[in-house]
Amino acid sequence: MRWLAEVHVRLRPGIADPEGQTIAGGLRSLGFDGVAEVRAGKLLRLSFEAPNREAAEIAVGEMCRRLLANPVMETADWELRADEAAAIEVLA
Amino acid sequence: MSRAPRVAVVVFPGTWSERDFAHVAGLLGWEARLVWHASEDLGGPDAVILPGGFAHGDHLRTGAIARFSPVMRAVEAFAAGGGAVLGSCNGFQVLTEAGILPGVLLRNDHLEFRCDWQPLRVERADGPWLMGLTEGETIRLPISHGEGRYYADAAVLDRLEADGRVVLRYADEDGSVVPDANPNGSLRSIAGIVNERGNVLGLMPHPERAAEAEVGGTDGLRILRALDAWLVAQPAAAERRL
Repeated sequence: MRWLAEVHVRLRPGIADPEGQTIAGGLRSLGFDGVAEVRAGKLLRLSFEAPNREAAEIAVGEMCRRLLANPVMETADWELRADEAAAIEVLA
Repeated sequence: MSRAPRVAVVVFPGTWSERDFAHVAGLLGWEARLVWHASEDLGGPDAVILPGGFAHGDHLRTGAIARFSPVMRAVEAFAAGGGAVLGSCNGFQVLTEAGILPGVLLRNDHLEFRCDWQPLRVERADGPWLMGLTEGETIRLPISHGEGRYYADAAVLDRLEADGRVVLRYADEDGSVVPDANPNGSLRSIAGIVNERGNVLGLMPHPERAAEAEVGGTDGLRILRALDAWLVAQPAAAERRL
């Protein structure tokens, strides 16, 4: 089955994020005075094969652990769903 | 010395400092060999160098993809066996991603790419690369990076300090380690560290760019030249090289 995962990679709390600070400053200079904080991260969209949801979850976790996020300064979380369009292709 | 030191200089796609290291190798009479990242054969070197650059375009994170190149299996084994390894700039980043050295290099805190001569305080002067320096002296090496902010959690930093593994710190011209002298926001002003055994050095500055008076300084030559004396003093390596 084809799966789609949206992986969010974020800096761990407590680690200075100068990019986020700069973006926050940019927003405030545009008049958004209420912006307290911005933290910048990464969004990775993955399309991959796995036999079932459990295997897909394990695979994404392993991908994050081994490559997508560096545990020294990042955490990763994700949303996973079956790729319906690919399923339709297979059945046709 | 029985024969010239044999030094493997690893090249990833996007590496750019290998030629400068090869040039200094010529000055020092080393037998330098450029090793492409896809090869697992380092050629039985006496030392391995991971040069600066932008391996894999720094995509995802600096050094994140390079750490999985076939050559890194050989580099890890060489380092684990006590061989002399030097990772400069991107090379330091690759060593941290590979877990050979602790911590990580993040984007400079001011978000600028800094290219400048940088004074450094020498905290420790032993091992294959630093034994030609003097503890407490101030040296000058070029820096050229946008992602050089050293980070590790407090427990790791405290252990590095306690074990004397912080070997170079950013300093001002007088050798004072002050915040203004820190070019990238590195914690504890860390510019270079070694592994537990002391045979692997990771540093953000570029010793290969300070090897001739014409370019403005030779403190880098003092670092690289130390390898010769270190090798002579290593009994196992000396047997291998006869």
